[in-house]
Amino acid sequence: MTASPFSVRKFFIVFSIAWLVLMADHALLLYWFEMPLKAAIIDSLISNITLLLTCLLIMNTIRYYVPDINQYLNVLAMCIVFTILWLLLSKWLLSISLDDYENYLFFLKRSLFIRASIGFLVLGIVTMSVIIWYNWQEQQTSELRKTDAEKLAKEAELFKLRQQLQPHFLFNSLNSINALIGIRPEEARKMVQQLSDFLRGTIKKEETQWVNLQEEIQYLQLYLDIEKVRFGNRLATIIETDETTQQMKLPALLLQPIVENAIKFGLYDTTGETIIRLETKKLDNELLIRVSNPFDPETSSPKQGTGFGLKSVQRRLYLLFARHDLLTTEAKDNIFTTTVKIPQL
Amino acid sequence: MSKVIIIDDEHLARSIVKEYLQKHPQLELVAECGDGFEGLKAIQQYQPDLIFLDIQMPKITGFEMLELIEEPPAVIFTTAFDEYAIKAFEAHAIDYLLKPFNQERFNKAVAKWSEQKIVSPETNTQELLETASQSPSQSSRIVVKNGSKIKIIPVHDVFYLEAADDYVKIHTQEGYFLKNKTMNHFEQVLDGQQFVRSHRSYIVNVQHITRIDPYEKDNHVAVLRTGAKVPVSRGGYGKLKSVLGL
Repeated sequence: MTASPFSVRKFFIVFSIAWLVLMADHALLLYWFEMPLKAAIIDSLISNITLLLTCLLIMNTIRYYVPDINQYLNVLAMCIVFTILWLLLSKWLLSISLDDYENYLFFLKRSLFIRASIGFLVLGIVTMSVIIWYNWQEQQTSELRKTDAEKLAKEAELFKLRQQLQPHFLFNSLNSINALIGIRPEEARKMVQQLSDFLRGTIKKEETQWVNLQEEIQYLQLYLDIEKVRFGNRLATIIETDETTQQMKLPALLLQPIVENAIKFGLYDTTGETIIRLETKKLDNELLIRVSNPFDPETSSPKQGTGFGLKSVQRRLYLLFARHDLLTTEAKDNIFTTTVKIPQL
Repeated sequence: MSKVIIIDDEHLARSIVKEYLQKHPQLELVAECGDGFEGLKAIQQYQPDLIFLDIQMPKITGFEMLELIEEPPAVIFTTAFDEYAIKAFEAHAIDYLLKPFNQERFNKAVAKWSEQKIVSPETNTQELLETASQSPSQSSRIVVKNGSKIKIIPVHDVFYLEAADDYVKIHTQEGYFLKNKTMNHFEQVLDGQQFVRSHRSYIVNVQHITRIDPYEKDNHVAVLRTGAKVPVSRGGYGKLKSVLGL
C-alpha cells in the first residue's frame, strides 16, 4: 500500500493552512456583505468542514482506486457527484442552524451557484493533486523495483564472472598431482596445498570485491606456482610492481584470468621457454597493469589471444566502471601485451 | 614386443603414463615427446605400434599432428577437458583417457587396444579426425606438411583453395601447399562468411577479391588482389553475391 499524502509533514502543514485561509476568507467575505459576524462564522465553519470531510472521502476513495491520470471524464464525473452531495448536505445543515437570521434562507438560495462553483474548484484541485501524488508514488516504487532487479542481475553476473575457473587447469593440476604421488610424494603434498589455497581464494573473495594490488599479486603467485609445477622450465614469470601501486585497489581475481590467457597463448604458441611479464604503474588516478607474453606472428593471429578469459575480464570491467576502454591488447615484435587500467575510486 | 611413444607437453603427464606402462612389459617405450613436431619425427623414426597422445599442445594440436601422418599408428588419447574431442571420441569408439586417470583405467585402454589391433588397425582414425577438425579452434588455421617442414597457415592468409585429384591445393602468399582432404571437408570447416565455394573445384577467400569479371557465356571470374583469377560458376556467382551483400 502506498503512503497517504498526509504522511508527508510538509504537505499536511500546507493543506491545513490552505484550509484555514479558505475558512477565514469565507467568513470575512460574508461579513463584508453585511452578514452578522456570528452568522458568517457559523456559515463558514459548516460549509468548509463538510467540504473538508468530502475531500477526505475523495482522498480515501482514490487511495484504493487510483484512476489513470488520462481518465479525465471519470475524474470530472467523480468531482461533480461529490460536489452535489456536499452541496445538498451543507445546504441542509445551514438551513437548520441559521434559520433565525433574517433573510438568510433567501441569501443561501441565491448564493448556491457560487458555493457550488467554489466547492467544485476546491474538490477538483484536491482530487487532481491526490491522483498525481499516487501516480508519482507508484512510479517511484516501480522504479525502485527496477533498479533493485538490475542490481541483483549485475551482482549475479559479476559473481559468475569471478568464479570462472578453467576446468582444463583444474584437471591438469590433478593429473600432475597424481604423477607426483608416485615419484615425489612431498611435492605432491605441497601442490595439493597450493591448489587448495588457490581454490579457497576463489570462494572466499566472493564477498570482498575489492582488494589491493599486494593481495592480488600474492594470490596470483599461488596460481603461478601451480602452473610452474605443470610446465616446469618452460614457464618463467617476471613480476615488477611499482612501490607506489602496492596499496592501489582492484577488483578481486581480475589478474588471474589475464595471466592465464597470457600463459596459454604463450605456451601453446612457442615450443621453447615462455616468459610472462607483469608490470604495474601508477598513472594519474589509475592503476595500470601490463601483462605480456611471446607469440609467433607466423602461425597465429593475435586475434586468437582475446579468448574467453579476456572477454570475461572486459565484461567485469564494464559492469564495474561502465567503460569499454579499460582493457586493451597489442601485438608487436612477437610480444602480445594486455593492458588494464583500473580507475581508483 | 610393441613399440610405444608418449606425446604430451607436460612432463608430469608423461611420467604418469610411463609409470603405468611399467605394468605392461610387452610394451616398450621408445620415445617421449613434448610437442607435435617432436612427435612427428619420432613416429617416422620408430614406426610405433601405439601412441599416447595429448590434444592441447604447443604449436599444433594432437589432432593436427595426426592429420600429417599418412598411416597413423593406433592412438590412445589423453586429455583433461575438451568437449569437441570427447564428442569425436565417442562418435568413433576410440579409447581415450580423461586426466587424471588411474592404473586400472589405463590397463583397460591398453587391453582394448590389444584386442582391436588384431581386427582393424586404424580405420576409425580418419573419421575421428574429420569430426574433430570441426571444433572452432581448428577452423582458424590449416596445418600442412611441406617436405619435412610443418607449416601452419592462418585461414585469413589463404587466398583460395583448388581441387587437385585426391588433394586440395591451398594457395597463399608463399605459393601453394597440398593437403590430403576433400573440397567438401574445407567447405564445411571454413567460415562460410569468409570462404565461398565459387566453383565445384574452387573455394575463394572473399577478403582477397578485388573484382568479379564476366567470363565467357554465363560464367564469371573473381580477380584477387594478387592478380590471380578464380573461376566462378553460375551457382557460385549467386553465393558470392549474397555473401558480399550485392
